[in-house]
Amino acid sequence: MVTDVGSLGRTGVADFVLQRASAVVLALFGLCVGGWFALNPDPTHAAFVAWFTAPAMSIFATLALASLAVHAWIGMWTVGTDYFRPHYFGRFATFARGVWLGGTALLTFVYVAWGLAIVWRLT
Amino acid sequence: MRVSLYRYNPDTDAKPRMEDLELELPQGKDLMVLDVLELLKAQDPSLSYRRSCREGVCGSDGMNINGKNGLACTTPVSVAAPRGKLVLKPLQGLPVIRDLVVDMTQFYRQYERVKPYLINDEEPPAQERLQSPAEREQLDGLYECILCACCTTSCPSFWWNPDKFVGPAGLLHAYRFLADSRDTADAERLAELEDPFSVFRCRGIMNCASVCPRDLNPSAAIAKIKTRLVSDGI
Repeated sequence: MVTDVGSLGRTGVADFVLQRASAVVLALFGLCVGGWFALNPDPTHAAFVAWFTAPAMSIFATLALASLAVHAWIGMWTVGTDYFRPHYFGRFATFARGVWLGGTALLTFVYVAWGLAIVWRLT
Repeated sequence: MRVSLYRYNPDTDAKPRMEDLELELPQGKDLMVLDVLELLKAQDPSLSYRRSCREGVCGSDGMNINGKNGLACTTPVSVAAPRGKLVLKPLQGLPVIRDLVVDMTQFYRQYERVKPYLINDEEPPAQERLQSPAEREQLDGLYECILCACCTTSCPSFWWNPDKFVGPAGLLHAYRFLADSRDTADAERLAELEDPFSVFRCRGIMNCASVCPRDLNPSAAIAKIKTRLVSDGI
């Protein structure tokens, strides 16, 4: 068995399930938001805010943000461990992978924190 | 016929090169690629490649033929090079020892990892462990692999993680024993494969199924292993 410190779910099974479950949540969230716009062809900002700030929708948006973070990390970690190899980067491969994953973690953190601040009106 | 050959002799060459040759083929015969190599070797005995049975059973002469992995002995020149130019390179992703000969150590190391033998700790019966025809049928499409490495060396996931991803050939054999009604080590076998690399690096590209000279489908076997892992995991 191959062990690796960077995977999110610790096993391939967990990563596999998490990636697909998070994709389902993101798809449902996208359909939900898209559906609202489809049902409200002439939307106003006030109507959207009223709908989006309802508790159920805030929880759904939080779940979608968490799913995005999970999905992004598993996907980018996979890309990082596939492509950042000594064949392409020589002795800087590990450093380059670290920059890639560090950048992914930073961007994901900022995106999720920003999203949570908006969803829960913390600003 | 024009033939472009990958040549590399570590004793004399600083780096590999492609050698372009012209070869007169006998009229009225559709030779196999291996026959072409034999004709070339008669001209230049230093040309190195593996071969043995010359009928697609031993799996020795796997190589990259006009961009696609296959066995030289069972690939007709007319199919491989319909435009009259044959390009022969060693299997990708493995170190080249010389010309078309590659070092298969990494391939066999991954094969060894899946414990490609029957494990059964129960008391053996007096004669043999029997299977029903239906149980035996489960092994069709799995046991025929000849370990030529055409599939594994055409798999990008193996190119990228040859030390971690088992590869299509090894995983086909892993499933061959998971599917065997006489084997009792399913939990042990699956535990060895549940990490993020060994099986789950397969992205379903299906190069393996595309190139297999025995028309096997390792990607289907890999999908079944994933299903077993996920269903057992949940």
